[in-house]
Amino acid sequence: MKRRVLSVLLATVALGSTVLSAGCSGKQDAKETLTVFNYGEYMDPAVLDLFYEETGIEVKYEEALTPEEMYTKYKAGAIDYDLLCSTDYMIEKLIKEGELQEIDIDAMENAGNIGDKYWEFSQAFDPENKYTVPYFWGTLGILYDTTKVKEPVDSWNVLFNGEYAGEIIMQNSMRDTYMVAMKALGYSLNSNNEDEVNAAHDLLVKQKPDVQAYLVDEARDEVVAGNATMAVVYSGEAYLGNQYNEDLAYVIPKEGSNVWLDSWCVTKQCDNVDAAQQFLDFLCREDVAEMNFEYIYYSTPNEKVIEGLSEEDRANEALVPADDATENCEVSVQLDPEINDLMNTQWKELKAE
Amino acid sequence: MVEKLKNLISRCYLGLILLFLYAPILVLIVLSFNNSRSRVQWGGFTLDWYSRLFSNRQIMEALSTTLTLAFSSALIATVIGVLGALGIHAMRRKNYQLVMVCTNIPLLNADIVTGIALMLWFVNFMPLGYGSVLLAHITFNIPYVILSVMPKIRQMNLSLYEAARDLGANAVYAFFKIILPQLAGGIVAGFFMAFTMSMDDFVITYFTKGAGVNTLSTMIYGEIRKGIKPEMYALSTIIFVFVFLVLLAVNYLPDRKGKAKKERVKG
Repeated sequence: MKRRVLSVLLATVALGSTVLSAGCSGKQDAKETLTVFNYGEYMDPAVLDLFYEETGIEVKYEEALTPEEMYTKYKAGAIDYDLLCSTDYMIEKLIKEGELQEIDIDAMENAGNIGDKYWEFSQAFDPENKYTVPYFWGTLGILYDTTKVKEPVDSWNVLFNGEYAGEIIMQNSMRDTYMVAMKALGYSLNSNNEDEVNAAHDLLVKQKPDVQAYLVDEARDEVVAGNATMAVVYSGEAYLGNQYNEDLAYVIPKEGSNVWLDSWCVTKQCDNVDAAQQFLDFLCREDVAEMNFEYIYYSTPNEKVIEGLSEEDRANEALVPADDATENCEVSVQLDPEINDLMNTQWKELKAE
Repeated sequence: MVEKLKNLISRCYLGLILLFLYAPILVLIVLSFNNSRSRVQWGGFTLDWYSRLFSNRQIMEALSTTLTLAFSSALIATVIGVLGALGIHAMRRKNYQLVMVCTNIPLLNADIVTGIALMLWFVNFMPLGYGSVLLAHITFNIPYVILSVMPKIRQMNLSLYEAARDLGANAVYAFFKIILPQLAGGIVAGFFMAFTMSMDDFVITYFTKGAGVNTLSTMIYGEIRKGIKPEMYALSTIIFVFVFLVLLAVNYLPDRKGKAKKERVKG
């Protein structure tokens, strides 16, 4: 009896392990693979198929929600990622920690499709343009309902002059909300000056009674549904909002704003640098960049794609901001630790009041 | 009069509870027919999302991963769980209690602890991928099977098994003819419990999955940043309706069987 039970058990274990090894070996054959880590819904799946067809390199694709999550998963080391797409400040951190490999951008056939303006934006976190290739970018601005405002909005002041009390939605994010106040006061959003941060804090405290809510992604829907007159949103959200409700308009205030940039970089774990480089080059190619653009509808740094846009799209400030609109804009970089702590404390106070 | 009022209030209370339980699902179902990607705007009735759903390879892949994962992990966990429960039942009191506590710990343990622990463990032996997720699901499914089979084993009449052996049945034959039928209810319940738990899980899957493996829950999580696609509403609606029908069938069918049995006894 005992022996029988034992043999049944062994059979089960054997069965289990064959199932498992079959599951693993299917993914581990000699084929060339790249492990790519990107934000969710941030690439047309057809692009990956096309890349496989053309090069025979299989892409193992993994998605994350936030830069912080990406950083944690990358650092945990459970999966060896070859390529990452992340946001400016997170890439800055990765570069400082020595986690990235240099990319031979001159060797990339299609890197010229990316406009000079965007390489310059990148220099805020990658001073010599050797670690990153720009992917998508955008701005932070005001999405507003044109039927409910008396005059066109062009300044951050509308959020602070009390005229639209109770009708305003701010971003539920420390840096984004402080950016609005700093820019309204005419300071740099990367200011490490304590007095300037204090002034921004005072302005936000004064504004708080007028603010309907501090939201993130729901901000757009509130304006679309007509529950709020204006909201501070990212340009990508603004474009979508405009699709749902034609009365909405987006503006980058004249005082300037924050430009964010998502870029690709190669991790130091990557063994197959050639394949990684090939993938980056592929992403910059006009037809591929266009596929991604049509899937995501964020501002693209690919000038060939911009040239091919319809006139209506090109006139859309949320999609293709004019050069003079982004003139006063800055990419946000990491603040001094003391200033960051100060802002953190103040932000908590502001939210708790 | 007072009786009537009491009755009315209790009905209203029940109605409210049901409303709060089902209103969100109702919203989801309505949105799955909405001819607009927005959550706050009605763009007219459409079945578009349903047809798009079936032509979306990513969603279909995630669905098939979810289902095969739930099925195979529940099946393997059921086999191990039943054999384990039989073994544990045969133990002496002290060992029995010790092992039962050990099997119950993963049940009470927070998913996130189990998930991270399994991830740290797997990283040492194998690349994370479908295999590691399957192992993780089997791991957290086993206690559910044991839990639902154990009471049946306690109720089981061992004399029947002994009688079968006395009458010449060998151990395997007697196991399949005598023991298994007596445990069948518990085994089926355990299997479905494990299946549901596996389909439901997000946290453990999230930590143990490798690049390129997605279940429905991890896929939906990835979509949050840019807004969940209406195809997902359509899929969720289909799953809800399917589960609803299964529940209706389950609640209706045994009733008939029970009646039939009673009648046979009478006859």
